[in-house]
Parts: sequence; structure tokens; C-alpha cells
Amino acid sequence: MLTRRSVLGAAGAGLALAGSGWPRFSESRAAGAPVTPGVPAGIADAATMETLPGKKPLIRLAYRPPNYESPLDYFRTPITPNDEFFIRYHLSDIPDVDVATYKIAVGGDGANGQTELTLDDLKKLPAYEVVAVNQCSGNRRGLSNPHVAGVEWGFGAMGCARWKGARLKDVLAIVGLKPEAIEIAFNGADGPAFDKTPDFIKSIPVWRAVDESTLVAYEMNGAPLPHLNGFPARLIVPGWTGTYWMKHLISITALTKPQGGFWMNPAYRIPVGMFPVVARFVTQENATSTPITEIVVNSLITSHADGAKVKPGNNTVGGLAWDGGYGITGVAASTDGGKTWSAATLGEDFGRYAFRPWSFAFRAKPGKNTVMVSATNKIGQTQTATLLFNPAGYHNNVMQNITLNAA
Amino acid sequence: MRTIVFAVVAALVALPALADEPTIKLKPGPSLDKVEANCGACHSLVYIQMNSPFLNAAGWNAEVTKMIKAFGAPISDGDAKDIAAYLAANYGT
Repeated sequence: MLTRRSVLGAAGAGLALAGSGWPRFSESRAAGAPVTPGVPAGIADAATMETLPGKKPLIRLAYRPPNYESPLDYFRTPITPNDEFFIRYHLSDIPDVDVATYKIAVGGDGANGQTELTLDDLKKLPAYEVVAVNQCSGNRRGLSNPHVAGVEWGFGAMGCARWKGARLKDVLAIVGLKPEAIEIAFNGADGPAFDKTPDFIKSIPVWRAVDESTLVAYEMNGAPLPHLNGFPARLIVPGWTGTYWMKHLISITALTKPQGGFWMNPAYRIPVGMFPVVARFVTQENATSTPITEIVVNSLITSHADGAKVKPGNNTVGGLAWDGGYGITGVAASTDGGKTWSAATLGEDFGRYAFRPWSFAFRAKPGKNTVMVSATNKIGQTQTATLLFNPAGYHNNVMQNITLNAA
Repeated sequence: MRTIVFAVVAALVALPALADEPTIKLKPGPSLDKVEANCGACHSLVYIQMNSPFLNAAGWNAEVTKMIKAFGAPISDGDAKDIAAYLAANYGT
């Protein structure tokens, strides 16, 4: 939901769970990083905690190109602080960007004209804010069974921030779109280490580009974007996976033909018909595969890691739920492996694109207890009980069922 | 041209300089030198550890082929074969 209000100071209700009832996250690997159980053994051994400039320690999966995920205990608030936000790059040539000379080129054969925008030009356009989840398409890829090749993310390739910027439709209105424009393509200042490697260029359908929620953002949680999250400006496509959220944005190109290139096809594709997504990208679709688009409904238990110790008696489990922008309407919890379900209590609503906090009180019996959760959204979508396997490991929204040991 | 651009921006990157990259020690074996030189030219060697041990020989061969065909890695056919064999033997199923 778009809003101009500044409510970071009003986050209290959503943070109610962060009190004494939330035990410290116990690291699953004392010697290395607290990786998500189930990721390939190779990364479980190799991952370490590392602190990059302007960041708190993140789980380093890889340094070049940099891919760092947030540990579970950074998800105890519905807004992810900038210094706890994950980092994801495809290519390792990441230039510093000088705001004094920074420009975004706007044009293309689907536009009536062309122009260049400075950061100041962008800030002169009407400013809008949206609280939205940025989730990597491959979040939880490391939990695919069988494993598939790629960056082996656990739970933490996601975050939720309050983004502020100009509407993309207002930027496009400066040059004007031709009726035959079908896609808008984006490039960022980062590039490959080797000149034969395809540059990371992505497009979205025109209808999605002119949606009022799609922003060219220059602020994240009230501050300039951190360098490693796309300074000075990045695309925000609320509800859609992170692949479209181009960082260090340097060009916006209206196209009358579909954008080609490795990063549109074969990369970032899902099998046609496998997932219950509403938003389709038809100009890129073929008989067997279609671009990943909106985020599937999902939830994460963030108060406790799987296998955590609790005291017998009253306990509260909490976490987050989110979807592709329809809005979370409920989170159900089960302590008997899914035979019976109770409604969890939803926390503050930051809008339909945001993390929705939830909590569930239950009585732990001595010994082994299980807590299973599943979120539902406004159009009735729920999480899956078993993995919908696909070759790139996308859209893993299998219900969690964690064990808590009471003693 | 791109090499020159890369050399210029390398001095400006906000990440710690390349020299600070954590040392990744891969398992010793035939053709490790080719793996370090070719794979390590564009990305951290941790990507090999990360994708183990679940790929079989065909899976590793497909990854090496992807680096050449999709990402343009300038690796000779002979070296590609040696690299795939090293990966399957040391990081395969």
C-alpha cells in the first residue's frame, strides 16, 4: 500500500514480540555461520560471518560476486534495517558511483523521446513511499531436494524496507511511451569481470512498469540506499522477486520487442503452470517456461531456530508472513504436525507488500514439541506441504515444521 | 576496453580490494591449477564448494559448459575437460 506518511517511529505494535519472550537465536554452527539446516554440506562448511562496510555481520556465501544473506535473528522485526539487509550480485565489477556525474538514460524505440536524469532531477519528481519485501528469486534454493546448482541461499535472501522514490510511470511520462511499447528494460552500473560475460539487463511488462507501486527509489528506511543495495537509485517492483529490482540504475529503455539475453532466458524462468501465480509476463513466455514474477505466499518462524531449547509451559513462537502483494489475511499454526490448526495473532500491517508479523502462544510439554505454520493471502493462496521441484530452485514456500525441545 | 574500465573502477570499489579476498583452499588434485586460474578469474572459488557435493560428472560438465557458452569464459576444450574431471572427482557425488 502506498503512503506518504512517515511511520517508522510507529513500528512499536509490530515489534511487541521482540521483548523478553524472544530467546536469543542459538547458532546452529558454533564454528562458522548460522546457516539454514538443509543447505548443501559444501556451503555449510564454507560459509562464515563477515562484516562489510556499513553492514552488520552477514552470512557470507560468496565474496566475488558478493552474495551475503541475513541470519535468522535479523528477521525479528517487520522492517529490516539497512545494515542488516542481504546483498546479492550476479557480476563482480561493482563500481563506486559518483552522484555528481550520475545519470539515468531514459529512452528506447518504444519511447517518443529520450532524456537523462540526474539524482536531483529524480528527487524533483513527486515522491512516494512503499513498504515492500525484496526477496531474491532463489531464496531457499539451498533447501531444494534434490539440490540444484546456484547460490545456495537459506532463509535470508530477503528483507523488507520502506522505499522512497519517484514513480517509474512519472519518469516514463517525461519521454512518453509509444502505443507499441511492450516492455521496459533496465541496466545497472555493475557489470561483468570479463567482457564476454552478458551484462545483467532485465525487463518488465509495460503494465507492471506503469503500476503506481513501481518506483525508482533513492531512499531506504529514511536514508540513502547503502552502496551494496544499489546506491544511488534502484528499481522497486513491489510483489515481484528481486531479479527485477535493478541496482545502481543507469538506463530505462522502452522496447517494442521483447528483451533478449541470458538473464531473461534461460535465467529466472519457472515451468509454465507449476505455480499459482496471477501476474504473467506474456511477451517473454514460451510453451514450457515463463519468467518468474510475483512472490508466492510464504512465512518464516524467526523467534526460534529448528531444534531450539525452550522451557516447558507457556511459550510464544513468532515470525513473518508475506506474499506477492495481495496481502496476508491469516497465519495458521499446528502443534500436531498439521492435524489441527489454530489462528496465530497477526501484528501491525505495514501494507500489502510488507512483512506481516505474527505470533502464536502455545504450551510446551516436556520433551519434543513441534510447531508448523502456514500463511494465507487475500486471494486464498496458501503454502505447499511438499516442494514443487523446479530446476532453478525457485518459489520454495513449503510449510515449516520446527522442533522445540522443552527441558 | 572492458579490461581497462575494470582496472580503473577496481581502485574505486567499495568492497575490500580483491587482494583481501578470503583464500579458498580447494582440495588438491590433478588440474587444480587450471581450476584456480580459469574459474577464479571471474568468481570466488567458494562457488565450487557451495555447489557440492550433489552434482555428478554430467552436472559438473554442464556447469563448465554454461560458463563457456553462456558466460563467455575463454577456456579451451582440453582445459574444460580437465576442469570438469577435477570437479567431478573432488566435488561430485
